[in-house]
Amino acid sequence: MLYSEKVMDHFSNPRNVGVIENADGIGEVGNAKCGDIMKIYLKIEGDRIQDVKFNTFGCGSAIASSSMATELIKGKKLSEAQELTNKAVAEALDGLPPHKIHCSVLAEEAIQAAISDYYQKQKK
Amino acid sequence: MNIYADNAATTRLSKSASDAMFLCQNKLYGNPSSLHSVGQQAAEALLAARETIAETIGASAEEIYFTSGGSEADNQAILSAAAIGEKKKKKHIISTGIEHHAVLHTLEKLKQKGYEVTLLSPHENGIVRPEEFAASLRQDTVFATIMYANNEIGSIQPIAELGKICREQGVIFHTDAVQAVGHLDINVHKEPIDMLSLSAHKFHGPKGIGALYVKKGIPVSTLIEGGAQERGKRAGTENLPAILGMAAALKDSVADMEETSAKLLPLRNKLIEGLIKIPHTILNGDCKKRLPGNVNVCFEGIEGESLLLLLDSKGICASSGSACTSGSLDPSHVLLAIGRPHEIAHGSLRLTLSVENTEEEINYMIAEIQNAVSYLRSISPIWRDLQEGKKEYVIQ
Repeated sequence: MLYSEKVMDHFSNPRNVGVIENADGIGEVGNAKCGDIMKIYLKIEGDRIQDVKFNTFGCGSAIASSSMATELIKGKKLSEAQELTNKAVAEALDGLPPHKIHCSVLAEEAIQAAISDYYQKQKK
Repeated sequence: MNIYADNAATTRLSKSASDAMFLCQNKLYGNPSSLHSVGQQAAEALLAARETIAETIGASAEEIYFTSGGSEADNQAILSAAAIGEKKKKKHIISTGIEHHAVLHTLEKLKQKGYEVTLLSPHENGIVRPEEFAASLRQDTVFATIMYANNEIGSIQPIAELGKICREQGVIFHTDAVQAVGHLDINVHKEPIDMLSLSAHKFHGPKGIGALYVKKGIPVSTLIEGGAQERGKRAGTENLPAILGMAAALKDSVADMEETSAKLLPLRNKLIEGLIKIPHTILNGDCKKRLPGNVNVCFEGIEGESLLLLLDSKGICASSGSACTSGSLDPSHVLLAIGRPHEIAHGSLRLTLSVENTEEEINYMIAEIQNAVSYLRSISPIWRDLQEGKKEYVIQ
């Protein structure tokens, strides 16, 4: 099997799929040309991520990485979420095949982009 | 339900091939090069298999060279033709952008050695136009290599016309017929073809065995030194069980070809019709000039690997030209060559049927593919943008 059981579980039953209307922060990374796009929506209360949802166009590990990344930051403080690394996402999935590591990188980048977007909006 | 719909990747071994191989392993264990009776029995079986394979494509036994499969046959054909070009100081080669990598990578190697390669672009239906092919021939063109039928999109090239053009111009004509042999009626004299590659496991024969046909009089380069096997061009004791399995499978495939096509065509067409009803879906390849078992479509807004995983969980074995399934960054070179943009090529699905598939399976696949595509679109940010009018659909 190409993927671990954890990857297959998060691919087949992804957590936090969907869209948050009027999200406090939105991050979109990747591009269709390469075959992966991740979009993360955040609902922030105080300094905590109260809710997080994602939409992903991509392969099995891209969908699983999005699902796992959202699980790892849900309910966490923003400062904690900012420390999320692609390594943590990949490890939580019991590893990804070498050529799929970029999926976990995208997940990290999408979360960070959504948090940056939140701070940008706060400034305005 | 368990449905195998990836017969362009490989096929199940037929009963007759399996029987022939079993018999060979147990009774015909001799080395065909041995002088004694056990060896000579093996030699007779080897010759009979060579004759069977030759007959199915209208060739003679001494024009057949056994290989380890289609890729080796392609390599040997191209390198042999290039060696002829070297002698004649003709170093121009014509091919297409939709060839198998066994051809494209070998041509790439020749380019580094000073050969010039023209890769023709097929039309959107995946077919090369003979007039464009003829126009690309030059004084220094030594050979052309054009696949008989495409492994991904199933499009069948006008081989007879291309072969005729080459014959008139004295250009060697090779065709990679790995997907065509055993499925289409091929005759190397009528078409006319100078070199042809075939592979057993694409027509219910064993893996690891194939053949190269080379027209009498065309010199073949030696691939492996060390013995007189394959007329000295490929040393090593022959893989007799596989060769006998290949001959048995091919004999059956050719004998049943009309019946198989008559069964497959309605199934294939039903599957295509069912799939292109899904909104924003397009058929890849020609709707008529295509392999009887080949279906290949692109669904807008989704990625092929995730689709394959979902289908596998429903018992459907399929394939995709998505980059993620190949381990490279780019999607299928074939889909790009027929003009599909990257993001559309990523959403491709190939289903290749065999005589073992049933109408019930077709109905099941259509329903499950519809479900899987809808689900993946429901979680796709691209699909959301398309639906909200933020992006324009590529496939109408």
